[in-house]
This record gives sequence, structure tokens and C-alpha cells, in this order.
Amino acid sequence: MDSINLIFILILAGFLGFELIKKVPATLHTPLMSGANAISGVTLIGALAASGSDQNVLTTILGTLAIIFATMNVVGGYMVTDRMLAMFKSKSNDK
Amino acid sequence: MSSTLMVNASYLVAATCFIFGLKLLSHPSSARKGNLVSAVGMLIAVLVTLIDKQILSYEWIATGVLVGTIPGIWLAKRVEMTAMPELVSIFNGFGGLASLLLGVSSLTQSEGQIAAALSVLAYMAVIIGGVTFTGSIIAWLKLGEHMSTRAIVFPMQRWLYGVIILSVVVLAVFAALNPGHLPYFYVAIGLALAFGILATLPIGGADMPVVISLLNSYSGLAATLAGLAVSNNILIVAGLLVGASGLILTQIMCKAMNRSLMNILLSGFAKPAARAAKIEGEVRSMTADDAYYVLEAAKSVVVIPGYGMAVAQAQHAVKELQSLLEGNDATVAYAIHPVAGRMPGHMNVLLAEADIPYEQLYEMDAINPRMDSFDVAIIIGANDVVNPAAKDVEDSPIYGMPIIEAHRARNVFVMKRSASAGFAGVDNPLFFKENTRLIYGDAKDTLNNIIREFGD
Repeated sequence: MDSINLIFILILAGFLGFELIKKVPATLHTPLMSGANAISGVTLIGALAASGSDQNVLTTILGTLAIIFATMNVVGGYMVTDRMLAMFKSKSNDK
Repeated sequence: MSSTLMVNASYLVAATCFIFGLKLLSHPSSARKGNLVSAVGMLIAVLVTLIDKQILSYEWIATGVLVGTIPGIWLAKRVEMTAMPELVSIFNGFGGLASLLLGVSSLTQSEGQIAAALSVLAYMAVIIGGVTFTGSIIAWLKLGEHMSTRAIVFPMQRWLYGVIILSVVVLAVFAALNPGHLPYFYVAIGLALAFGILATLPIGGADMPVVISLLNSYSGLAATLAGLAVSNNILIVAGLLVGASGLILTQIMCKAMNRSLMNILLSGFAKPAARAAKIEGEVRSMTADDAYYVLEAAKSVVVIPGYGMAVAQAQHAVKELQSLLEGNDATVAYAIHPVAGRMPGHMNVLLAEADIPYEQLYEMDAINPRMDSFDVAIIIGANDVVNPAAKDVEDSPIYGMPIIEAHRARNVFVMKRSASAGFAGVDNPLFFKENTRLIYGDAKDTLNNIIREFGD
């Protein structure tokens, strides 16, 4: 892909990230981190392509290992974030 | 061509889901939905990548996904809320490792036929990923107290840093000049792994919130760099969102400690600060029984939790006391310092676990102006974050750090194991104040004793 396009995406995504995260209240910082962890498991997408395409053995092994660790991040990250967020209750739910 | 279009379109949908999910995280009432939206985005991206016809060997993928999913679920279900910082740091480490592996595989894939720019990007992904991985492992060991939480220093550390960083830069030049030449990478990986360990060892337990945030941001950056190396948009966007999140949290943590990032990262090297002037006066202690009589008459109570509450697992007892106080027509608020606990927001999760509504949790700046109006401030397992020396003792090592001004409440109860100094090793003048009483012992036992008095 055109490298200028990649840089374009890079800069816009960076700004967007800062604006979005600034609005997250301090009370949700732990779930934010574990949720961000899950998102950083996005490496899984890249790893899927690397280990799945018809490649040499070394690439397949590296790709499969990357899949293992990234999957752990994605699955574990989203699940534990959900578990935490389910605990945050408003006064109205608290009889 | 149409397949490329479909993949890119799905990545756009996934990126939108991540962004929307983070937006919903701006309020506790919508946060859970936000996490779900984000997860759906990830699922779409994964499924479409799998359907894309370039992918042939499903058996490897299936094995990888299965082997990763089972421990992922197990960890997520089993972890105690007090151990959250450990889980987050180990996940950070896995994220870094995955990016490292992907970076290397992007090179082995092309077998020497690779542009210099891509080679450098893969190189950077590998370096950041490696530092994130070993750095997170050390952070995990320290947080779980599998090793000493103190800052570990050895001679010539700063020189060693310099040598490693210089070698990494020199190797980067070689990697750019000989794109796809793997031996440079293997040396660089070794250096990055060593650097992660060396850089995290000298950081003490109290500075862990900063380290976790920083490693979180690195794991995002590593994903972005790996994305650039394999030209994958979704990796770039998602990685940057995570990188930004980690950086903002790091900044908040540094501000809350009134220290620069450099100071924290290199703090192990500084000479221990000269002991502040000895505080004159005596410490007054009291029993749980006496505390009960004061609390029974109190109309407004503020609870200030710290890491000690997590260690004593006292959050449920706190909630019980809150219900009793509220039944007695008192109002209860919680004041939370940004660096209370071992990661950003740690206290909030523990209190949420005990069913304490989030409206009752206040940030430092929101509660300080009305601190005078509280009859009782109960400090549970916190020390440095309520130390008035930070405000008025200029030669104190924590001078300038913003604190929760508990000393301005009418009565201050401090639940504490012993009269020792906090993590920063600083004496706390709060303990010597006229209106302060120390209640020695395990916080949970003390709280239960007070609760029992309410029952009688």
C-alpha cells in the first residue's frame, strides 16, 4: 500500500485515540486498560494471515505462536473487562 | 480484487466498532455495551480474515486459536479483582510477544525480498514487542510478589542502558542496509528482551501504576509497527488507539505523583532522599470500640482506600460499614487518589466488586474542596496519598505530589498494620495530628469489630 496512506491513517488514528481516551472517567481506568489490552490483541489478524498463507515452516510456526498469544489477549481481555464492567452499579440498581 | 475490498471493508467496520466501543466507555452505565461492541468488531475482523481465500492451512490456525482461548478464558474467569494489575501486565506481555513474533514472521515470509523501509518497521516492531514482553513479565513478578517489589539496582546500570540503546540503533542501520537479513534481528531480539528486564527491575512497587500504563502503551505501539510492516490497516488503527490510551494513563499517573516519567523510570538510580526532619509529637491510637462511638455520632463520613485495603481484602467489610452508617442517617463518600492501588482505577474496581455504587466514588479534585465538612475520614491502607508533608514540607521527597487532604476532616481514623512509613519511606505528619487516631491491626478485622459494635 502507498506509504503516504499509511501515515495518513497513523496520524488520524493517533489524534482520534487521544480525544476518545481523554473522555474516559478515572473510575473506569482499569477496565479501559484491560479493554485496550484486548484490542491490542488485534495482532491476531496479522498473525492469521501470516500463519495461514502457504509459507515456509518457520513462518508458519512463528505465525501460530503469535496466534496463541494474541488469542489469549483478545479472549481473556474482553472477558475480564466484561466481568469487571458488570460490577459497576448505579445507585438506582442498589436497593 | 473483490476479496481485498471485502477484507478492507470489514476492517473499516471493525475499526469503527473499536472507536465506538471506546466512546461508550466514557460512562459506567454504557461501558459494558461498549466492550461488547468492541468485541464484535474484533470478531468480524477475525472471521473475514479467515474467509479471505489467501488462507490455506486452517489446521494451524485452529490449533493456535484453541491453545490461546482456553488459558484466556481460564485467566479471565479465575482472577481475583485484587490481582487485576498482574493479569493486565501479563496480557500486555503477551500482546508484545505476539507483535514480536509477527514482526519476525513478516521477514521470514519474504525470504530476503523485502524493502528497506519494511525491514526497519519490522525491526522496530520486534524491539518494542520484546521490551514489552520481558518488561511485563518482570512487572507481573513484582506485582504478584513472586519477587521483591523493591527497586533492584546494580552498578553501571545507566551505562548498560546506553550501550544497549546504542547497539539497537546501530543494528537498525544494518537492518536497513541489508533488508531481510535475519541474524541482525536475532541479536536485536536478544537486546530488546534484556532491556525490558533491566529497565523494569529498578522500578519500585509504588511506581507500578506508571509502568503498567507505559507497557500498555508499548503493546499498542508494537501492534501498530507490526501493522505497518505487514501493511495491515486494522493493526495500525487499533494499535494506535491502545498506544494513546496507555500514554494518557501514564501522563495522569505521573501528574498524580508530581514526577516526570524520566524520574520514575530512573528512580532506582537516585540516591535515597535525605530523611525529612523528625516530626515532633506523639501518635494517639484508639480501639475499634472507641471508633464506633465517634462513627455512631457522625453525620458524614469519607473513606480513603489505598493498596492496604486490597491486601486485607477489606472492600466487602467497607461496604457493610457503609450500609450501617447510612442506616444511621450518615452520608458516606469515597475519595480515590489516582495512584491508590497498583494500577489506574484499581480501587474503583475493588469497590465496585463490593457493590458500592459508582456515584459515591469521588476523584481527588472533587472531594478536596469539601473535606472540611466531613465528620470522620477513614483511611484504610493508604499513606503517601494522604501525607500532608507533600503540601508543606519542602524537603520531603514527595513534596508537590497532590494529596487527598484528609487532615482537614474533623476526625481522622487511620487503619494501619503498624506505625511504619509508607512505600516512599516518608514519615507521615498526619499520624501526629491532634485530630488523628490510629487503629492498629488488620483493616478487615478492625472494620468487622466496628461493624459488630453497630450490631450490639
